[in-house]
Amino acid sequence: MADYDIPTLKEEIDRETVEQVLALDVDKYKYGFESDIESDVLPPGLTEETVRFISAKKEEPEWMLEWRLDAFRRFQTLEEPTWAKLHYPKIDLQEVSFYAAPKSFKGPKSLADVDPELLKTYEKLGIPLKEQAILAGVEGAAESVGTPFGANVAVDAVFDSVSVVTTFREELAKVGIIFCSISEAVREHPELVKKYLGSVVPVSDNYYATLNSAVFTDGSFVYIPKGVRCPMELSTYFRINEKKTGQFERTLIIADDDSYVSYLEGCTAPSRDENQLHAAVVELVALDNAEIKYSTVQNWYPGDKDGKGGIYNFVTKRGDCRGVNSHISWTQVETGSAITWKYPSCILRGDGSRGEFYSIAISNGYQQVDSGTKMIHLGKNTSSRIISKGIAAGFSDNTYRGQVSAHAKAKNARNFTQCDSLLIGDKCGAHTVPYIESRNGTAVFEHEATTSKISDDQMFYCLQRGLNEEEAVALIVNGFVRDVLQHLPMEFMVETQKLISISLEGSVG
Amino acid sequence: MTTPVLEIRNLHARIEEREILKGVNLVIPQGEVHAIMGRNGSGKSTLSYVLAGKEDYEVTEGEILLNGVSILEMEPDERAAAGLFLAFQYPIEIPGVATMTFLKAAINAQRKARGEGELSTPDFMRAVKEAGAQLNVDSEMLKRPLNVGFSGGEKKRAEIMQMALLKPSLAVLDETDSGLDIDALQVVSKGVNALRDGKRSMLVITHYQRLLNHIVPDVVHVFSDGRIVESGDKDLALQLEAKGYADYDGQAA
Repeated sequence: MADYDIPTLKEEIDRETVEQVLALDVDKYKYGFESDIESDVLPPGLTEETVRFISAKKEEPEWMLEWRLDAFRRFQTLEEPTWAKLHYPKIDLQEVSFYAAPKSFKGPKSLADVDPELLKTYEKLGIPLKEQAILAGVEGAAESVGTPFGANVAVDAVFDSVSVVTTFREELAKVGIIFCSISEAVREHPELVKKYLGSVVPVSDNYYATLNSAVFTDGSFVYIPKGVRCPMELSTYFRINEKKTGQFERTLIIADDDSYVSYLEGCTAPSRDENQLHAAVVELVALDNAEIKYSTVQNWYPGDKDGKGGIYNFVTKRGDCRGVNSHISWTQVETGSAITWKYPSCILRGDGSRGEFYSIAISNGYQQVDSGTKMIHLGKNTSSRIISKGIAAGFSDNTYRGQVSAHAKAKNARNFTQCDSLLIGDKCGAHTVPYIESRNGTAVFEHEATTSKISDDQMFYCLQRGLNEEEAVALIVNGFVRDVLQHLPMEFMVETQKLISISLEGSVG
Repeated sequence: MTTPVLEIRNLHARIEEREILKGVNLVIPQGEVHAIMGRNGSGKSTLSYVLAGKEDYEVTEGEILLNGVSILEMEPDERAAAGLFLAFQYPIEIPGVATMTFLKAAINAQRKARGEGELSTPDFMRAVKEAGAQLNVDSEMLKRPLNVGFSGGEKKRAEIMQMALLKPSLAVLDETDSGLDIDALQVVSKGVNALRDGKRSMLVITHYQRLLNHIVPDVVHVFSDGRIVESGDKDLALQLEAKGYADYDGQAA
């Protein structure tokens, strides 16, 4: 990880430490570089033509185009929602470019076709795409490349609007697992896509999801066949590079009966003055006795110390526990983005199914986070567990918004929710907005919430033992989020601990 | 003459507008254990916080030298790295942070500040095992979050264990006997005495003589109204126990 160990980089800073930052003289967001790659960029604007253009670029069949156009028509009737505790200027979609692709990218994916600049970018990000590792297919080969993910991870890398390369495909194909870009799945596996796309997040579910349905450009597709336990972690790495582009990716994961998959998602973007839009949709389907574990480390550019720039992150993530005794678990570490609007949810449809949501959301500088989950209990004996840890520093606002509901037929539904907020400094805010609905006398829902501050006494105690202020904050925050950290795959745990320290640098004055 | 580990000259300090320390003078040579005794509210604990650099207190006059170097401009963590340790009267809870994790973070932070490399895991484990055995701190306790749900005795043992691992040149023990029953007092005292090696110096702050039966001081100071009003050998503590602090009232005014 030699190239990676740059903990001096940070995103945003309190006013009190502005001087410190100026002295440091560099932008502190460690992924803030821009790659010099020639791209095909669609001029800004959103019309039916845009949708047709994207579909044509992707060489999609007619049914897919129709699906998109239907979404586009519905989108035109929708209004941007305003219920979240988020404040930002209205996004003018006519200013956004809806498609950007590295120019050198064409057709079938072989690494030889990939622009070396692009490979360099991924190497900087620590993504294991090295040709020899993939061609050799040797486990552990990727390790030498230096990656935050560890060696035994298959990666789908999405650069602006297209999936660039997917690794370890042949290995996975041997056990019948399909892991490819969604564009490819539309062409190669239309029966699966037709059956499941939009079956969890309906086309017109909400404003951003509908927009995504019309203009989604790429993303990952995973199918785990019956009885297969996926032998490695699957991962998608998203990168926005072009100016003024939106990224609209679509991920669809299907775990067939008795299967298991663990999936990791990571994201970064260059530092820019303008705000960029990211509106993704992720759909998970777990059939009988299947388990999906979905982990996200979201580190989009959060904007500078004055709140300028940064990604607007409006994401719809939902898992459908469709089969009996199925199990979906969301774990998220949210440290980036200027605005985060995101509620990874579970529909507990199958009897005995289980949903989990573990979240760490850190906001610093002028970041705004409105995030949480929904646990919709429909089947009998369903259970869910929510553990949310919000950490607010600087001038940020951090809101947990969650819904737990039990349908009349959801006999013996159980939920346990714990929402803890930690405030650092006195200019930030933490808010908890839980909605709890039960139409069923046998449901048992528990909700616990706490709000605390890092006390001066805690700081003094740590300092007296020799930790400096930033080390002390990082240690205390890591303790605060421990319940959630232990649910992350090993590959992400160490990286996350580092990320927490970096995100909170400058949070104490 | 070798440089004393601690030298305090005419120290005045206040919190908000109230002056608490009113001209403290104290010299602790290398290897000596000094005790400060005094009533509640006489400013004993304030002295310990001012030494450690707690930001609520403002030093208005005087000087503090640690091993001959002024520490007044240093942050608390810099003072710690320079060899000053404060065993808290009320150790603070750090939820979610295992005691073991905290110990390692503290040791390595100090090593880093002094330009030394991180302690290797086997070396760290060896040191922890050794210090733990002395203080009846088992591996089960080390897994628990620091001070969270600890009994009074466990908290004080954890403090002394940190002191043993951090090897300060000056340890300030603030009311280490408070909240301890007689058995716990013996364990803690044994731990403290094990660290008396002729080089390390200690400042033991207490208002009961009983601790000084276990940790026998070289010098006893009586503290009243923000300054030291009398110094003597260990027998002074016994006299105080018999007669109380009444003789010193008003003396400092």
